[in-house]
Amino acid sequence: MNPFKHARNWSTKALPVKDPNFGHPLDTSHGPILYVEDVSVSFDGFKALNNLNLYIDEGELRCIIGPNGAGKTTMMDVITGKTKPDSGSIYFGQQINLRELSEHQIARGGIGRKFQKPTVFEALSVYENLELATAGNKKFWFTLTRELTGEQRDRLDEVLYTIGLTQSRFNSAGNLSHGQKQWLEIGMLLMQSPRVLLVDEPVAGMTGEETERTAELLTSLAGKHSVIVVEHDMAFVRSIARKVTVLHQGSVLAEGSMDQVQSDPKVIEVYLGE
Amino acid sequence: MLTQRLLTSDKGGMLVLGLIALTCIVVPILNLAVPESSPFHVSTFAVTLLGKFLCYALLALALDLIWGYAGILSLGHGAFFALGGYAMGMYLMRQIGDRGKYGDPLLPDFMVFLNWQDLPWYWHGFDMFWFAALMIILVPGILAWVFGWLAFRSRVTGVYFAIITQALTYALMLAFFRNEMGFGGNNGLTDFKDILDFSITADSTRIGLFLASGIALMLAYLACRYIVTSRAGKVIVSIRDAESRTRFSGYQVESYKLWLFVFSAVLAGIAGALYVPQVGIINPGEFSPLNSIELVVWVATGGRGTLYGAIVGAFSVNYGKTVFTTFYPEAWLFPLGLLFVLVTLVLPKGLVGLIGRFKKNKSATNKEEQP
Repeated sequence: MNPFKHARNWSTKALPVKDPNFGHPLDTSHGPILYVEDVSVSFDGFKALNNLNLYIDEGELRCIIGPNGAGKTTMMDVITGKTKPDSGSIYFGQQINLRELSEHQIARGGIGRKFQKPTVFEALSVYENLELATAGNKKFWFTLTRELTGEQRDRLDEVLYTIGLTQSRFNSAGNLSHGQKQWLEIGMLLMQSPRVLLVDEPVAGMTGEETERTAELLTSLAGKHSVIVVEHDMAFVRSIARKVTVLHQGSVLAEGSMDQVQSDPKVIEVYLGE
Repeated sequence: MLTQRLLTSDKGGMLVLGLIALTCIVVPILNLAVPESSPFHVSTFAVTLLGKFLCYALLALALDLIWGYAGILSLGHGAFFALGGYAMGMYLMRQIGDRGKYGDPLLPDFMVFLNWQDLPWYWHGFDMFWFAALMIILVPGILAWVFGWLAFRSRVTGVYFAIITQALTYALMLAFFRNEMGFGGNNGLTDFKDILDFSITADSTRIGLFLASGIALMLAYLACRYIVTSRAGKVIVSIRDAESRTRFSGYQVESYKLWLFVFSAVLAGIAGALYVPQVGIINPGEFSPLNSIELVVWVATGGRGTLYGAIVGAFSVNYGKTVFTTFYPEAWLFPLGLLFVLVTLVLPKGLVGLIGRFKKNKSATNKEEQP
């Protein structure tokens, strides 16, 4: 038996989803917004994920930690559709089966991902970067002929303010500092009004002050969005986490508050070795 | 609003467009109104040469749009140019009528020579200009759509895409060399008499074709500017710089690449169609991979990623080629190769980038002078 298993109502039939905006409100009536159940992925025989079970509640801020090779990145790949799992199921809300959708459909549908390395579009300005990330019709002919609506521009200004880059809106993104690039990328995710944000190592390489600002930013986002943070920096995790999940060899080793997890003998063994 | 978006922020482009417009006004006057004895007279040969350069510039613009902005290097863009040229050539062949050597009212000479009795089905309709004009757009467009759909859907990128486009143009060249294809084999289509009932050799027709090329180039430039300054244009640039990130932003990268590739192919086709009546021949040599590679050199020399850079590159390299081949006709490939190496090593942003660098140095020294 899996102690972490939640009750997803299996009698509800999965909807065949073609429309990327899913066309209907997300059903989160049972609590979790994201269900990852018994997911396994292997690459050439190496099991990157091994019956992984993970449930993320709506509006929660969850930190995922684990040693190298624990499957953190693969987990994100599976949720965002970059890697298709060998077995198991991934549901967004009660009814949307993410295994059936492609990367851009999942992205449009409300799951945003921030990569480890800041990958803003360096040739464009801060404003243009956010413009590009705006939610809405992303078909070629539409973006060719239409400008942003007033409402979208307001949203853009709001996000600029949230990430603290209002002053540098016309600067080229390539000239931003490392921390600013990371915030810009988070801002780009916010432009899509995501329900779930996946954030991969947000504070790697940041100065102390930048780390603090990032912690503030992420905690302010929780509540409005579900935020999943993968991070190595334990001090940072402690400063933001309410609930921590420890991955090891592709499955969940422990889950709970930071203190609970740190005193768990299994976790200590994995981190300190036998 | 739109003119501001297209032109004001684009000084280099305005300058180049202005020069083309000026050429389109001055050259016809100097050719038609100034007597031949005058030193200011521009010969019809020069007009045709300039017209050819305008077509090359249009082709370079088409390549720069996909290579410079979307990062898709096509080494087979000459194929679309040649297909547009063949469509125009077929119209011109049908216009000859019974004035050919064999005097057949329906069949072009090479078909009579091959003892063909009927016109092949794909030659029907080409006696009408509107149909030929439609084919000039549709044939390169549809080929690019099918080819691009297959390639982009399978996420073929970078050097692999370059190689298969090269294979595409080579395959087409071999196919068009065959007499059985019905496109005149290795002789191609030639001996054109008139276009839209104007004699093709008349000075006034030459001027007309020259003007048509100039106008096509200017319109195409504005269309390309419209694309690259739109939101879609920014998506295209981001695909070039960070493809997977663009995909995660929710853009269907394949469809952007595909439509841009199709548009670029159509521009190349139009360039080919304007080129053929001016040079008076189209043969399978136009499909030669070498042509497509030369095209890449024009764009690289001018400055990839700035639309006007492509035009500057097409004019300067081809002018160089004309001058050079007058003295050493066989040795052109050596300076061409040298040029490519030099540009790659010394001028990664091309001639246009060189001007930008001068400006920067100047403003830097100005700043130093003013404490």
